[in-house]
Amino acid sequence: MRWAVFGLFLAVAPTTASAYTAYVTNERDNTVSVVDLDQMKTVKTVQVGQRPRGITMTKDGSQILVCASDDDTIQIIDAATLRIIGDLPSGPDPETFALHVSGNPLYVSNEDDNMITVIDVPARKVLAQIPTGVEPEGMAVSPDGQTIVNTSETTNMAHFLDYQTRKLAAAVLVDARPRVAMFKHDGSEVWISSELGGTVSVIDPVKHVVTHKIAFEVQGLRAETIQPVGIRFSGDDSTAFVALGPANRVAVIDTKTYKVKKLLLVGQRVWQMAFTPDQKYLLTTNGLSNDISVIDVGDLSVVKSIQVGRLPWGVVVSPK
Amino acid sequence: MKRPASVSRDRFGRRALAATAIGAAIGGALRRAQADPVVVRVGYLRWLDSRQTISLLDKPPPDNGVAGARLAMNDNDTTGRFMNQAFELSDAPVHPDDDPGAILNSLAGQGTKLVLTDLPADRLLKLADAAQPDQLVLFNIAAPDDALRQEDCRNNVIHVAPSRAMLADALAQYLVWKKWSRWVLVYGSHPQDTLLSAAYRRAAKRFGARIVQEREFKDTGGARQTDSGVVQTQQQMPVFTQGLPDYDVLVTADENGVFADYLPYRTWDARPVVGSAGLRPASWDPTSESWGGTQLQDRFVRVAHRRMTPLDMQAWTACRMIGEAASRTASSDSAKIMQDIKSAGFGVAAYKGQKLSLRNWDWQLRQPILLSDGRTVVSISPQPGFLHQVTELDTLGFDRPETKCKLQ
Repeated sequence: MRWAVFGLFLAVAPTTASAYTAYVTNERDNTVSVVDLDQMKTVKTVQVGQRPRGITMTKDGSQILVCASDDDTIQIIDAATLRIIGDLPSGPDPETFALHVSGNPLYVSNEDDNMITVIDVPARKVLAQIPTGVEPEGMAVSPDGQTIVNTSETTNMAHFLDYQTRKLAAAVLVDARPRVAMFKHDGSEVWISSELGGTVSVIDPVKHVVTHKIAFEVQGLRAETIQPVGIRFSGDDSTAFVALGPANRVAVIDTKTYKVKKLLLVGQRVWQMAFTPDQKYLLTTNGLSNDISVIDVGDLSVVKSIQVGRLPWGVVVSPK
Repeated sequence: MKRPASVSRDRFGRRALAATAIGAAIGGALRRAQADPVVVRVGYLRWLDSRQTISLLDKPPPDNGVAGARLAMNDNDTTGRFMNQAFELSDAPVHPDDDPGAILNSLAGQGTKLVLTDLPADRLLKLADAAQPDQLVLFNIAAPDDALRQEDCRNNVIHVAPSRAMLADALAQYLVWKKWSRWVLVYGSHPQDTLLSAAYRRAAKRFGARIVQEREFKDTGGARQTDSGVVQTQQQMPVFTQGLPDYDVLVTADENGVFADYLPYRTWDARPVVGSAGLRPASWDPTSESWGGTQLQDRFVRVAHRRMTPLDMQAWTACRMIGEAASRTASSDSAKIMQDIKSAGFGVAAYKGQKLSLRNWDWQLRQPILLSDGRTVVSISPQPGFLHQVTELDTLGFDRPETKCKLQ
């Protein structure tokens, strides 16, 4: 059966030149769903380690990296064969990570350990461990590669680290339970989502101060159900997308005015997001409805829901 | 339990860390951290009264509560490294023969003005009244008495522990959602059981359940765990629950652990047991994994070498409230910290899926209540469908319009 499905996947892929493939971690199923974005359906499910959450791909798109949190490791999956070909010494309970813009190293947040582990990916070696706040979560690397940002969920800060020295340059207090850090492509701002604070803090990465705070309102919903998590910027930085968790909406924000211009209804407990490389689609993982929503970025509408495994958490789209 | 001779002080972090690479990396990067850290002092008045339990598993560990406080102070101290703040916990054991007022005064003399207490309601109230002139603030992490939130409320007492009414309401909502609305209420003969059964009667009325009959179980004394007691219990409990009108669920009010744990599987009719045994409402459960709870459970087990109890969680939450306010205000001044904790925008994250905040009419912490069978979390109240104009959390316990509290 596995081979039959795999064969189908191979047969389909070459016929559609524009087809992208998305990979979704299913936290509850210990699997990664492989989604063909041409067919708009799940074409294969890969068994991985326990409690898979953070997911990314190497710069060349040849390998998929998955945080298997409860196995205290990061698994390396060969994107061509979908076989697990090795693992990285992530330190305990890896939740999320970010690759340096140059493609190496990898910065991992160790949620149980108040540490960031820096890993040389090709060598599969730990380069350093850096102490940070309580329950480190979001990781981001600035577009110029000089600044690493980490959020800590119980300390409620965004920690700014210098790439060269691996030392703390600043810690900026934000609202409760900061989850995701995301730089604009031009590097001028870093946005931090606070899940329980219900806000997004906009931080000047040079002055290390919060310059704007974005709040959300959804008619008919209580403030406490609005819990911002995933953040993504359009290629030209003009628009930001923020996943609002149990509010089941993605907020579309004008980055000049910091105003929410539209709310898109997606699946339940929307968590992380990823663009297709052509920026045509934005994918969202919906933890409680076990699917991903496909947002058409051009006309800001939800065009499709694709079923994946249980409790989908993270998503990455192959650059190929 | 052996009683420590005097107040012991746990110093978290600063001095020990300063020499390590961790401290150097952070201290070197942050200019402010080069100065001596500002110390935020928190006390813990720890009640040393032992009690019997039916199950060996329920025996309170010697560091029950204080282990949660220690973990929170550790967490605060990690954050404090970035704020140039250090957190110091003074653990002050209180024997039933001791004068808690004198111990509180000695804490105050050392500059500790924010004090957690797990003392019973009567002692807490006396302390609160004695403490007022000195601007001491007490964090009630154990006493569930509704009177402390109602007619006996005090402006210098923050209630982190849920009240009996909150616990009863949380269970009642679930039972009504389950359509188990015909209850038999069995209560013990201790004063706390009288108060708890009153909370269940109120909850039944509020949420549309019916108490079809009540029975009292008298505490006749004697040991609870005896190696041949099982035979008697097996005969006693079916007879005790014989001849009841048709009902859905047996609700037990037994705060002293006298009889409730003997009821599951031994009732005359095959009915579930809830309340003080079976499905129980609590602020925390050692198995709660939702909303990042796994991280807290892992951290706790690593430092305490045991599972985290509701009292540990209540102590953790109280210390985190103080830590959160200390970093928001960048201050160790107890007046500033309390002003922030009591302000409208204050909230603390405690692995319950939403921020917890204080009710400004009685200083009770709003919180979801877990319902656990001792193995897993069965449900979490408030239940869907129980609506409220401000926050669904205020469907648990005494709401603003019902309050008899006059804060001064």
